Amino acid sequence: MPSRHSIAASPVKGGAAPAGSPPAGRAPEEERRRAKLSRRWQRDLRWSPYAFVAPFFALFIAFGLFPLIYTGWASLHTVELTAPTDMEWAGLKNYVRIFDDEFFWNAARNTLIIGVISTVPQLAMAMGIAHLLNYKLRGSTFWRVAMLAPYATSVAAAALVFVLLFGRDYGMINWALGFVGLDAIDWQNDSWASKLAVSTIVIWRWTGYNALIYLAAMQAIPHDLYESAALDGASRWRQFFHVTLPSLRPTILFTVVVSTIGATQIFGEPLLFDASKGASGGGTHQFQTLGLYLYEQGWINQHLGRASAIAWSMFAILILIGLVNSVISRRLRASS
Amino acid sequence: MRAIRTARRRAVVLATVAALGAGLLAGCADDGKDEESTGSGDAKGKTTITVGLFGTFGFKEAGLYDEYMKLNPKINIKETVIERNENYYPALVNHLTTGSGLQDIQGVEVGNIAEITATQGDKLVDLSKFGKKSDFLGWKWEQGTTKDGKTVGLGTDVGPMAICYRKDLFEKAGLPTDREELAKLWEGDWAKFVEVGRDFKKGAPKDVTFMDSPGGLLNAILSSETEKFYNAEGEVIYKTNPAVKDAFDLTANAAEEGLIGKQVQFQPAWDTTIANGKFAAMSCPPWMLGYIKGKSKPEAAGKWDVAKAPKSGNWGGSFLSVPKAGKNTDEAAKLAAWLTAPEQQAKLFAVQGSFPSAPSTYEGDKVLNAKNDMTGDAPIGQIFADAAKSSPVQVIGPKDQIIQQGLTDNGVILVTQGKSAADAWSNAVKTIDNNLEK
Repeated sequence: MPSRHSIAASPVKGGAAPAGSPPAGRAPEEERRRAKLSRRWQRDLRWSPYAFVAPFFALFIAFGLFPLIYTGWASLHTVELTAPTDMEWAGLKNYVRIFDDEFFWNAARNTLIIGVISTVPQLAMAMGIAHLLNYKLRGSTFWRVAMLAPYATSVAAAALVFVLLFGRDYGMINWALGFVGLDAIDWQNDSWASKLAVSTIVIWRWTGYNALIYLAAMQAIPHDLYESAALDGASRWRQFFHVTLPSLRPTILFTVVVSTIGATQIFGEPLLFDASKGASGGGTHQFQTLGLYLYEQGWINQHLGRASAIAWSMFAILILIGLVNSVISRRLRASS
Repeated sequence: MRAIRTARRRAVVLATVAALGAGLLAGCADDGKDEESTGSGDAKGKTTITVGLFGTFGFKEAGLYDEYMKLNPKINIKETVIERNENYYPALVNHLTTGSGLQDIQGVEVGNIAEITATQGDKLVDLSKFGKKSDFLGWKWEQGTTKDGKTVGLGTDVGPMAICYRKDLFEKAGLPTDREELAKLWEGDWAKFVEVGRDFKKGAPKDVTFMDSPGGLLNAILSSETEKFYNAEGEVIYKTNPAVKDAFDLTANAAEEGLIGKQVQFQPAWDTTIANGKFAAMSCPPWMLGYIKGKSKPEAAGKWDVAKAPKSGNWGGSFLSVPKAGKNTDEAAKLAAWLTAPEQQAKLFAVQGSFPSAPSTYEGDKVLNAKNDMTGDAPIGQIFADAAKSSPVQVIGPKDQIIQQGLTDNGVILVTQGKSAADAWSNAVKTIDNNLEK
């Protein structure tokens, strides 16, 4: 901002209007008109940028900052959805109790597990697919669009189909398992199976999206790098490890950060995967994530104060993850 | 030329920005304005009454709005419907607490009526002067009345429960199929009903269970108790009430013995067990017959029958309420009273199958001679009317739904997944207590 400001102010100090300085010997009237114009220019230059960014910030304050602060305020109170204006001061009680709230930590653990078993295979597969798509292929546009199709599908539609696929009694996956002589798996009620199933939905939706990001980055790698590697006798495999991967480091970092944030907030998939259509994430909360727990406390159980405290705790956890992430990436950059 | 073009382009840009801005502002504008324009009457001097409902009440389908508008030419009725109560109810609470975005008449489900009367009573119009108390079943009227005696919800339909059973499956298992005989067999005690289930299991075809789901049985037993989760003073007693623990244990044991299917009601897999005839009996209110019909194969028609339940109870039903924040509270209250009057309830039953909460209709032709495709010539009207009249005046509380959901989805269902009844109970109690704590 300061640099913009100085540019805008310079015409006054230097006497050189951006429209071009007036040559000497003009009529004074013309001179005044020019000065007036220049003042308008100057005002325009100085204030217009603020006007242009104002709509975003107005909306951000109304729908981003205010709710954030209000949630923080509400988290210090006992508030119920049935009377949101009727707040009773509770101090840090809502936060303190999170420490021995086994449902919160269960949800945190589930979020972490589902996050790991969805993000890691997802990014690995995305990398492989991007590598394949990077070859000269017939109908390459078709393949790329096809990769993006799951991303364009709504969570609700995808989750409903997956619930049917993962059905215990009449699901297609168990039917296929039975075909090869394996026992049926209770995908919704078994602890690990349910997490795996929820992760599958996430993986299915996001792999193609990440693959396209990797593909875009791969296409920006100069071709001569591969050529010289090939001249040195490097196999395709070695080229991938020693040319492609190092060049993609910033992109990988970006996708890791975005996927981590996404995994922390995972909500729609476990909500719709629930057999009883509640928000408890299964009978024993086996796939209840933090987002789901927050929703359950706020909208099903109507405890706005508790839900707000959970929201802020999630925020704190995200910041912590962000810090760790940045430390690691700085280390990585330093080591390279 | 160039100047003209840039001017024109600038005009286009400006117009676009203006349009977008106007759209945004309109989006932010509060709903009160809309109500004002519709509420205070349109050009012809008509008063528009808006009705906000969930699911299928069937007023429109039964032609009741048209009839009312014909009777009252100055009234215009507009209905908005949200499909699922889970989505409808939180929004309704939000609108009531903020006093905006409300329709003139709002529907309330029986599972939420206790919370509405307990927490939103002062935001709703007292309808006791509009509706007639003697028209309604005593317990239905009580449910819509606040502690200080204001009736803020007028009852629409009720869901008196009986036992729906498959005659063909009972016969295969060597049980009697006559509804009177069966009703005698389990009269007065749900444990006797489970005992019949044990007999059923001895002779039943493989893969066919006696009942459909643990949730269904638990719900039937709990609904027939006078006190379940709250006592008359409004205290939560679900943990110490022996009736609740007995119901839980009876259900859990029956599930453990394999008398009950491992299903969750209203899930696709449960629907399939209806279609494939994988269970022989279920506790059902009148509206369930419509659901069974929707999920059954055509050849199942007439194979069902209905018998009196061991103890009667109610499942489902709704209320109409009038928020004070509305523009035409008087006209709206009149309409709500008219829609819930006995004559209209009888018409609604004929078209929609919603069972009336007005007992005077039970002697009428429409209820008395009611039949259903699935149950052949069974006199369902009489059976359900008897159940409605003998249902207890149950104490209901604001968090009934959360407690029952905990007992079902975090409780008895776990027994079908290999947990012991005691583990299932403690898991349910932990969940419920955490959910109730403010």
